[in-house]
Amino acid sequence: MIYDFLNDLTGSPFIAGTITALLPLFAFILPFALFAVLLERKVAGHMQDRLGPMRVGYHGILQTVADIIKLIQKEDIIARNNDKLLFNIAPVLTFAGSYAAFAAIPFSSVFLGANIDLGIFYIIAVTGLVVAGILMAGWASNNKYSLLGAMRSAAQIISYEIPTILVVLSIVMLTGTMSLYDLSESQTSYFWNWYLLGGPEFEIQKFLLIPFMLIGFLIIYISTLAEVNRTPFDIPEAESELVSGYHTEYSGMKFAMFFLAEYANMFAVSAIVVALFLGGYQSPFGYLGNLLNINWLIPLEQFFWFTFKGIFFVFVQMWLRWTLPRLRVDQLMAASWKYLIPIAFFNLLIIGIISIL
Amino acid sequence: MNTYDLIFYLFAAVTILSALMVVTHKNIVHSAFYLLFTFFGVAGLYVLLAADFIAIVQLIVYVGGILILLLFGVMLTNKITNVEIRTGTINLVPAVIGVGLFAGALLASVVNSPWKIKNPEHTVPTTKLLGTLLLQEYLLIFELLGIVLLIALIGAASIARK
Repeated sequence: MIYDFLNDLTGSPFIAGTITALLPLFAFILPFALFAVLLERKVAGHMQDRLGPMRVGYHGILQTVADIIKLIQKEDIIARNNDKLLFNIAPVLTFAGSYAAFAAIPFSSVFLGANIDLGIFYIIAVTGLVVAGILMAGWASNNKYSLLGAMRSAAQIISYEIPTILVVLSIVMLTGTMSLYDLSESQTSYFWNWYLLGGPEFEIQKFLLIPFMLIGFLIIYISTLAEVNRTPFDIPEAESELVSGYHTEYSGMKFAMFFLAEYANMFAVSAIVVALFLGGYQSPFGYLGNLLNINWLIPLEQFFWFTFKGIFFVFVQMWLRWTLPRLRVDQLMAASWKYLIPIAFFNLLIIGIISIL
Repeated sequence: MNTYDLIFYLFAAVTILSALMVVTHKNIVHSAFYLLFTFFGVAGLYVLLAADFIAIVQLIVYVGGILILLLFGVMLTNKITNVEIRTGTINLVPAVIGVGLFAGALLASVVNSPWKIKNPEHTVPTTKLLGTLLLQEYLLIFELLGIVLLIALIGAASIARK
């Protein structure tokens, strides 16, 4: 684990803890957000048969850097009738909620903030702070579009948390652990050991489980998509109705913090799906490090596979954004309460019955 | 004073100060948001007491569930687009008597209960132990609680229907 290594290196648990806590931010979230914003615009461009940003750098690769410099220079506007205290806390709280989840995300077998026994449960719990932050932002803005966006967002997130938790529960029931490290370790390094394909034990249950695992995977992907307010579930910030939802009133770095939280969240939910169903950080077909007998290569490969799988699902989220139209509010609630929750519930029962066979 | 104590006092201060703000603040939405920090501080205290499962349940139930419902309630029942939502004080005498009695009972139980003051040597994950206890020793109570919650759900749904 990275904490023990740093503790040995610096000899101070305080410094080691601080570095471990800051590492995901500087080593991952900031570069990822830079990359993902550009990817989003390029994907959007090419899907609509245009080029996207082209001016700054080669094919526009420095566009987000330019955007960030612009955002830093912008004036921080607080309207007279905003609730100043809450207006200033809200972006921090929202980002804190999505950043806290990264403490338990296993990037590789050594790069894992805290190997807690309750990993997945912890992530589900702390992302609750995001809802509070969004509600705070919407209400403190004192703007009807912001408030409506925040209300829609909170209602949507708490509705879609239920199918997510039911699917997570089915995996937890099957494996008997909530630790993301143990879950990733158990799906040892070949793709037929992934829980999407029935798990590592090669028995009759594995083949019985495959269709239900696929259903579970689809449900958790759809509902986590709704939890991060992405299209087709983006009614909280539906541009044509609500300007841009709960962050309408924000400018400059506070706006950037909401954006950073949104992209961090997009990766966090993809990471959950990857860790539960797609082998976590395990490579789909063995390690080069094992083949060449180089031990230090394995964690690097694991980091590569984890971010590769995560970014692939982030790409799918962007792809869906430019493919599907937005749902109406009533369709959105019906999709969760009338379809996803009952299906997830029966799926849970069936997986439970198969696992005790 | 070691790091453990420092973190304990930090969380205790967060809990008590924000709880104080909840009851003294005039703006009810502010009170609700201060409650967020109270719940968070209590979760931190649970972590320090090596009760990892309870800490996360505290977050998931109170922050993720009850607080959000509370905010929804406050925001939907008041004139929602207005930032100025105020609370006042009513029924001062009965409230003082009730709270005084409750505080007395709490203090009496705090003073009289046998506390474990020894720090745990090494913390163990509590989830499995709790699960075994709930589904073996306290199974009947566990299921009764489930029925109580189910009744509350059905009741809420039937009231909402009218």
